[in-house]
Amino acid sequence: MDSVTVVAVASVATAGITTGIGCMCPALGEGRAVATALTSLAQQPDASATITRTLFVGLAMIESLAIYCFVVSMILIFANPFWNHVIAQTGGK
Amino acid sequence: MPVNLTSDQQILWQHGFVKLNGTIVTTWVTMIVMSLSAKLITRKLKTEGDISRWQGSLEIIVTAMEEQIKEVGLSEPAKYLSFLGTLFLFVATASLGTVIPGYKPPTGSLSTTAALALCVFVAVPLFGIREQGFVAYLKTYTKPTFIMLPFNIISELSRTLALAVRLFGNMMSGVMIIGILLTITPFIFPIFMTVLGLLTGMVQAYIFSILATVYIAAATRIPKLKAAVVQAKRDTKSLKAQH
Repeated sequence: MDSVTVVAVASVATAGITTGIGCMCPALGEGRAVATALTSLAQQPDASATITRTLFVGLAMIESLAIYCFVVSMILIFANPFWNHVIAQTGGK
Repeated sequence: MPVNLTSDQQILWQHGFVKLNGTIVTTWVTMIVMSLSAKLITRKLKTEGDISRWQGSLEIIVTAMEEQIKEVGLSEPAKYLSFLGTLFLFVATASLGTVIPGYKPPTGSLSTTAALALCVFVAVPLFGIREQGFVAYLKTYTKPTFIMLPFNIISELSRTLALAVRLFGNMMSGVMIIGILLTITPFIFPIFMTVLGLLTGMVQAYIFSILATVYIAAATRIPKLKAAVVQAKRDTKSLKAQH
């Protein structure tokens, strides 16, 4: 395999793994957060405004982790910095 | 399929080194539409009798935002409404605009979201200094102990980064998923994803502005302990003066 293929394979595989794991773990976290929020909503319906707001803020925090993974994998696929580097090197030969 | 990650790469007009890309154009169009419509609606405001539908809907938006700001803990929402409301309305309009074919939301570009996040980054200390005073605000960075100073500064920077990347990632992913689905299942499915994108866009607008509100509320809060101590001292003083 030449270096272009190596970079391509590594980028695509890493992008898939990144999004896979990066969706799985925040999904578990978000599920726990929502479940707890629903339990407390059922116990205290009066505090629904506060609970919902806090839940949203917390979910945003958790979700941003998934978004980071997504952005990294998008960069790996569509705007790969190593790609141009390798092509420039092999083109120079 | 040529995929543009953002509308930054979509160059519409170029003269020398001055480039006009899609993001700048859509941002300005959104801004002009929003400010013109706000100007038109608020031209004939009425306080009694039948109010126009537009005035009614604007009032609903403004009062809802004021209530939200108040619920987070800022007791005087009018001070912050102009800043936070603008953030919310801009992000919300940008994501609602995706129903227009060919409209790429300007918030789907990292430069726009970074600019919005930098606005929050600058506004939080400004509001904090205005409420607490310069020295008192700087002292909040050394709370609870002096060791926490670098961590407080890092958290200030990292949350700005998080604000920018979160909004960018959500908006960009919506556009990109629709783009990918259009090539796989062209007819029905992209519509559902557009609807889902509208929902997540509104949620992101809410989250962006509520996070900015929370940060400002944390920066402007005068420490309760100190306030209570000062109040207690005043009380004892007045008691002594009475005796």
